[in-house]
Amino acid sequence: MVNAWTVASIVAVVAGVVGFFTVLRGSAFAAHAIPNGSFAGAAGASLIGVSTLLGLGVFAAGGALTIGLLGRRGRHDVATALALVAMLALGALFLSLSQEYESAVYSLLFGEVLGISPNELAPTAILAGLCICAIVVLYRPLMLSSVLPEVASARGISTFRMEIAFLLVLALATAMTVPVVGTLLIFSLMIGAPAAARSFTDRPPLAMALSVLIALVIVWIAIAASYETNYPVGFFVGTGSALAYVIGRLTAAVRRTRQPGALAPHAAR
Amino acid sequence: MSHFLSPIFAPGFFESEAVHIALAVGALVAVVTGVVGVFTVIRGQSFAGEAFSDLGTTGGAGAYFVGVGTLWGFVIGNVIAAGAMEAIGVQRVRGRDVATGIVLGAGLGLAALFLYLYTTEHSTTGATVTILFGSAFAISSTTLPLIAVLSGIVLALMLTIYRPLLLSSINAELASARGIPVRLVGALYLLALALAAALAAITIGTILSTALIVGPAASALRLTRRPLTALLTAAAIGIAAMWVGIVLAYDSYHWPPAGQGWPVSFFVVMLVFLTYLLSGLPEARRRRHAARAAPAAGVMQPATNS
Amino acid sequence: MGREGISVAGLDGEEILGVEGISVRLSGREVLREVSFRIRAGEFTGLIGSNGAGKTTLFRVILGLQPPTAGRVLVAGRPRSARNPLIGYVPQKFLLDPDAPLRGRDLVALGIDAQRPGVPRPSESRRALVEEMLEAVDAARFADTRVGRLSGGEQQRILIAHALIARPRLLLLDEPLANLDLGSAHEVVALLARIAAEQQIAVLISAHEINPLLPVMDRIVYLAHGRAVSGTTDEVIRADVLSKLYGHHVDVVHVHDRVLIVAGAGENTDLAGHEGTFPGAEILT
Repeated sequence: MVNAWTVASIVAVVAGVVGFFTVLRGSAFAAHAIPNGSFAGAAGASLIGVSTLLGLGVFAAGGALTIGLLGRRGRHDVATALALVAMLALGALFLSLSQEYESAVYSLLFGEVLGISPNELAPTAILAGLCICAIVVLYRPLMLSSVLPEVASARGISTFRMEIAFLLVLALATAMTVPVVGTLLIFSLMIGAPAAARSFTDRPPLAMALSVLIALVIVWIAIAASYETNYPVGFFVGTGSALAYVIGRLTAAVRRTRQPGALAPHAAR
Repeated sequence: MSHFLSPIFAPGFFESEAVHIALAVGALVAVVTGVVGVFTVIRGQSFAGEAFSDLGTTGGAGAYFVGVGTLWGFVIGNVIAAGAMEAIGVQRVRGRDVATGIVLGAGLGLAALFLYLYTTEHSTTGATVTILFGSAFAISSTTLPLIAVLSGIVLALMLTIYRPLLLSSINAELASARGIPVRLVGALYLLALALAAALAAITIGTILSTALIVGPAASALRLTRRPLTALLTAAAIGIAAMWVGIVLAYDSYHWPPAGQGWPVSFFVVMLVFLTYLLSGLPEARRRRHAARAAPAAGVMQPATNS
Repeated sequence: MGREGISVAGLDGEEILGVEGISVRLSGREVLREVSFRIRAGEFTGLIGSNGAGKTTLFRVILGLQPPTAGRVLVAGRPRSARNPLIGYVPQKFLLDPDAPLRGRDLVALGIDAQRPGVPRPSESRRALVEEMLEAVDAARFADTRVGRLSGGEQQRILIAHALIARPRLLLLDEPLANLDLGSAHEVVALLARIAAEQQIAVLISAHEINPLLPVMDRIVYLAHGRAVSGTTDEVIRADVLSKLYGHHVDVVHVHDRVLIVAGAGENTDLAGHEGTFPGAEILT
């Protein structure tokens, strides 16, 4: 029991931190694609009897690299969509070859926090630490290349390398969060919390901290509600993230009308 | 005939009614998704197409739970989703990815709930897999009329809005200046997309149906710039992928593990993906030729003048 | 403030940027042909040319984003390297998300050392430096607003402060005046001229209109059809020099304190973006 709370909290922290940059970079689609792709890894891993986490990680990383490299040429969104779907199809194959088709599919897609065994706690915590360290190290150049890619290039920051690095961190984050929330729903936590957070503050470090806090609240409520009703955690995470987002939007709207002489959003050309 | 073709078509292929249905439905769905998909790619709305497909899960799961046919679930669910997207403003770029994602998350959460409730109430399994990954060989013949009607509606809709949609997809402002109701056309297109995604879902499942919508269309657009040719090419690629996929899936019943067969959706998606990768070859070859022709375009040379 | 291992020897007259024989060929078309000029510390240089003349390409070469087909770029006497803390850059087009949680102040602070990994440790000296830069570009009053919600001109100032805070020796601005009204354009030009003089920073601005820059330019690099002429305004803005550059007859007309460069009647100018007001003639800049 304590296990579930601990792991879920770790998941929420990582989702909040990585999600901050996901929303900043407009990478919602990639955040959706990579975990779905990692699904195949988990399926394959269970088929050959390897650790699920390993399968998730490898395929998530593969998906990230595919998206990053394919995205250079051709259309970014098409490349992402097709890479994702190809991996999902592979996952469908792997699972169909195993005995546990139905239940494995369900728990991989929608999460199964109660199924986290105690010996998964340590690897999860380590991977989470890795994610957060990576974000801390990349923070400055990633911030600039996310907001002003041209200026970043002029300073010698390779925007391509930043993109690949970020996608790999995203892959790592989703791999370790999927067992709890499921591949289909992790990204809603990863974009709902930061999207809500940015309605409350103008400053980057505060926005990230708030993003973590909101993610924690969502996850804790989800677990509590799941224990009470027996309904799946994923349901509460999905709807909770949506609720947080809506609250954020309303707050932003109210803040804007309160500001006297509020400046209209303007893009420089 | 079945003797000499039997290496390709496993015994019983041409006689099986399930196969006939799968082939017919598959072809029809491929045409519909190919046509709609071309515009999805032109408009850069792959994520929306993806969102519809995934949200079909909610509709399908709801249908199971309520007890109606899955196709109805897909259709109704997707149409509601289209309405929600329209309300968000899929057509405006700012913040639409996040908004789409949020709707998707909420919808999928709901799908999780429906599936859970259905599975516990009926203590049967298989709903999740059927909805998400499809069951091309399990389409009942009673759904055929509905499938045909829906396909007809989508194609008729696309035929009607073809020119204004093409214009507003390429340059919305110009189209608007010419008096085209861009918003209305966009909404009608979303409706077509919703229905196309629903149709694709019954053959290869909700989360994989993006492949049918985006894949053949994207490949076609890499091969040709002309819209009409692209539409035909996309449909052709879709049909080919579907039919070859069906053949392979049928044959796979004899592959390990025996008696089970590999999913149709797996083959179809892989074929679509392969086609996409192959469709990039002509362009790559063209670029290599151009680089060879023009001297040192953009290649850095060591500074020699001082 | 010491730069990383690069000694700043002498100020006046020190050559900051040396462009030598730069040629660039893109997609079979020669975009720049043997462009050469030098910029010294504290000089205000205008890169003038109509749209399509090759200004942005030249900037990209100077910034190291575009490898030249021939020629080289020297920054403070050394061939330019990938990382150039000496050059600050303000691009022409940039899109800042109005919802991004980033104030102008934060963006300027980022300019101090964005290329270094890690998280900046907040300190009094950092804050003071940011404040100083904001004052220098007169952006203090809107520094706490989300950067994506500012007007174009305000965003530009923030970007200038962002570039300046790294103490560059050369500031490059790509068409900063293009979308500003005349009043704002004059303000920005005056601001940049002041910065150039006070901090001995070389400023290189590209523009397709010469007049807003006339009062402050020390030197001009005039670009036409990929070829360039450089010198003082008096040396370059002359009928004979420009005619030779364009390859056909060009007149220079002085109207009060403004200059009009006009192609002769009946000539084919082949330049984009200019309307002729005299029948048969076209105003070039």
